[in-house]
Amino acid sequence: MPDDIKLDKELKVVGHRNVRPDGMDKVTGRAKYGADLILPGMLYGRVLRSPHAHAKIKSIDTSAAEALPGVKAVVTGKDFPDQPKSKPPYGPMIQDAWDATRNIIAREKVFYDGHCVAAVAATSDSIAKQALKLIKVDYQILPHVIDPIEAMQPDAPILHEDQFTLGVEGATKPSNVFRIMKAAKGDVDKGFAEADLIIERDFKTKAVHQGYIEPHACVGNASEDGNVEVWTSTQGHFVSRNQLANLLGLPVGKIRLTSSEIGGGFGGKIPMYGEPLAVRLSQKANRPVKIVMTRDETFRSTGPTSGSHVWMKIGVKNDGRIVAADAKLYYEAGAFKGAGIAAAIGCMFSEYDLENIRIEGYDIVSNRPKVAAYRAPGVPMAAFAVEGVINQIAKKLKIDPVDIRLKNAAKQGTVNVSGIKYGPIGFIELLEKVKAHPHYNTKLEKNQGRGFAAGYWMHAGGMSCASVNIQDDGTVTLIEGNPDIGGSRASMAAMAAEELGIPFEKVRPIIADTSSLGFTFLTAGSRTTYATGMAVVEATRHAIKICCERAAAVWGVTPEQVKWEDGHAKPASANVGDFAPLSLSELAKKAPMMGGPIAGHSEINATGQGPAIGGHLVDVEVDPETGFVKLLRFTVFQDVGRAISPDYVEGQLQGGAIQGLGWALNEEYIYNDKGQLVNAGFLDYRMPVASDVPMIGTVLIEEPNPNHPYGVRGVGETPIVPPQAAVANAVENAIGIQMSELPMSPPKILRAIAADRLKAAE
Amino acid sequence: MSRHHISTTINGDSAEFLCDTDESLLDCIRNELHMTGTKEGCGTGDCGACSVLLDGRLVCSCLVLGVEAAGKKIDTIEGMAQGDKLHPLQRNFLEHAALQCGICTPGFLIAARALLEKNPNPTETEVRFWLAGNLCRCTGYDKIVRAVMATAAELRG
Repeated sequence: MPDDIKLDKELKVVGHRNVRPDGMDKVTGRAKYGADLILPGMLYGRVLRSPHAHAKIKSIDTSAAEALPGVKAVVTGKDFPDQPKSKPPYGPMIQDAWDATRNIIAREKVFYDGHCVAAVAATSDSIAKQALKLIKVDYQILPHVIDPIEAMQPDAPILHEDQFTLGVEGATKPSNVFRIMKAAKGDVDKGFAEADLIIERDFKTKAVHQGYIEPHACVGNASEDGNVEVWTSTQGHFVSRNQLANLLGLPVGKIRLTSSEIGGGFGGKIPMYGEPLAVRLSQKANRPVKIVMTRDETFRSTGPTSGSHVWMKIGVKNDGRIVAADAKLYYEAGAFKGAGIAAAIGCMFSEYDLENIRIEGYDIVSNRPKVAAYRAPGVPMAAFAVEGVINQIAKKLKIDPVDIRLKNAAKQGTVNVSGIKYGPIGFIELLEKVKAHPHYNTKLEKNQGRGFAAGYWMHAGGMSCASVNIQDDGTVTLIEGNPDIGGSRASMAAMAAEELGIPFEKVRPIIADTSSLGFTFLTAGSRTTYATGMAVVEATRHAIKICCERAAAVWGVTPEQVKWEDGHAKPASANVGDFAPLSLSELAKKAPMMGGPIAGHSEINATGQGPAIGGHLVDVEVDPETGFVKLLRFTVFQDVGRAISPDYVEGQLQGGAIQGLGWALNEEYIYNDKGQLVNAGFLDYRMPVASDVPMIGTVLIEEPNPNHPYGVRGVGETPIVPPQAAVANAVENAIGIQMSELPMSPPKILRAIAADRLKAAE
Repeated sequence: MSRHHISTTINGDSAEFLCDTDESLLDCIRNELHMTGTKEGCGTGDCGACSVLLDGRLVCSCLVLGVEAAGKKIDTIEGMAQGDKLHPLQRNFLEHAALQCGICTPGFLIAARALLEKNPNPTETEVRFWLAGNLCRCTGYDKIVRAVMATAAELRG
């Protein structure tokens, strides 16, 4: 649809601050989330989890639990068909079925503290909890490994005896390294030979959780005729339906998933956890079964993203031009392969126009929960290293940190390491806006520092469907298939209303269940407003085409002689004839006499998504006595393509920035020597609260993506890429010490200050 | 073990439910009274999603036992609007786009109303510290704080 981009036309709905259609239910408590469905006869499901990081399951005795009055079903790994090993690609969003079934419920071994071993369904939650205590599991405890670098050592405990490293010729010993991925462009060695300055550093980040406030929750309801209904909080009910069919050996058409309202996901609600258990329990008990995770379970068994070790070496000329970049990424995958190294490799240098790049990425399993996608999965850890080194180079060469990026900025025509050639992209405009912004020119006081970093995310396209039903009173029902996490229904309704030329309030957007619409890919990859938005526009235009055909028939002219404007069919020119415009409702009312209801639909596989680059500007104050970092100012700049709903675009930028702040300063998975997670709660896993942060400024740069009818790029993920490096840079500038390890928690900053003082004293 | 019969008042209406000795008020409100607007985010009093008023006092309902509600007044999100008229906080949350996923929203609204009843003219810092017991992972708090400040100004007239 690039031929009819509506970027110059004055828009009446798109780009305006419309109140979201699902908002009323969310401020009144009426909205139904995963845990909010209550069905007649519903049972309470609970999951027994491994207390061990790595152990062989010798036997499981469920007989005492089954005998407890009120217990209606118990399942273990044996209740699920085994799966063959699948083929690549592997990553945080796509899981091998052999791995997936074992992650949902353990079979031969438990691989991490919190790994599901059995599940029960009972008439009350307290009976279900009692039943868990009656299940006897005989474990043979095995040595475990948590840290990815330790997991790579030759004497490390091996998780999967049949895993041989991909990307290594003739590997004969099983390894915890699933694969080594490589990417290169140009001649890195030649680039370093020409460099005036080379900086090499190591960086470390810890595993962090997505931290959505709604724990995973679902209801499975299997009937005696083999049909299965599932209600679940998910980022992709169509994808889950297909996986569920595969994992349970059921026909896809027999399963209907309804996505509840979703209380946050950030990538972590792409994988399934409770759904297959709830369905299998329901099949055994012939009653609906609800499974709601606790927060402890959510931390121990779902998410997180990879902890990482990154080695980075960058060479520059004296004028700041980067001539070579070399990196090695070591990422935790958790118990099963699939760390986000591919995405990291594809994005990490992509905001720059570089000739010589070499990257090697290691996907390493260890005794931790299997990582899930987390907002630009894999990229923030790599960006932390890239931007950290660039900031150090700028300091050494006494170049302004924004100027060094202007010198190397990607622009239209730049080709990144993956061979992607950019269309219009607003990075240079963004950097110029940073320099001109009052924040950049605010004076800093003692113990204060300013940091800047940039980041890139590539975005996803993929399959989407939409239907538009024109009702006979001129109202419109818009049906799409992406769970709405951050206000996407508002954007869908805005685009449909804009196309139809009717008020926003006349369009009611509905998210269909999996039996009511064609397959629609995940709410992930910042794809929804781009790909599903494109389907919505196409479906709306289809309905408009039918409206114009109907008007043409009424007037006795050809459809080409009819135009659609402001909610009415009108003669395309004065030559067509003098006909009074026909409104949407007038046309819809004629449906019984004119060939039936008016509905438009669209089924697409979207490509052409545009990447987005962001830049974060951060001021902090560090208390040298306590190591506490206070955030003073934060301004997020991003090329958003086109903001369909500016309120919610700003919200994505602000929310991503503060998640990144938590990652930078406080959040981490902490394990004891038994490999058990010791901070599985919001008190000890400290996420940012309202009193930690100031207002977050946003600057939207709108360089439209020419491939979308309204110029959309996607916005949700880029905002979590720059903050870690920007905050680290600000802390470094406040205390004059390099920070290479996250989180920069107070004890770590105090240690760095003490070590620096000691060094100075020597 | 027999369950306890509790008589209480919820959003001005008398209500009765049966509960186990160790059952939280949150579970009673949700599972016994089927009022699911009050949310569970943690069950340990760290996230504020289950905020309700108990005899006018702001509490995390996951940290209160169901039996403690006997003879008391509970106010939840379902009672915040008066008929079809939203509380100004609810309206301002919508107009300021102060929610994304919305799971924390009922807790924030209940907590913010308690603040404004106590302190009609809070500074931004006071709003931020009062709401520090409510976690939001989507918004970075900016638009929530703005919505609360705007409501305070509106209510002061």
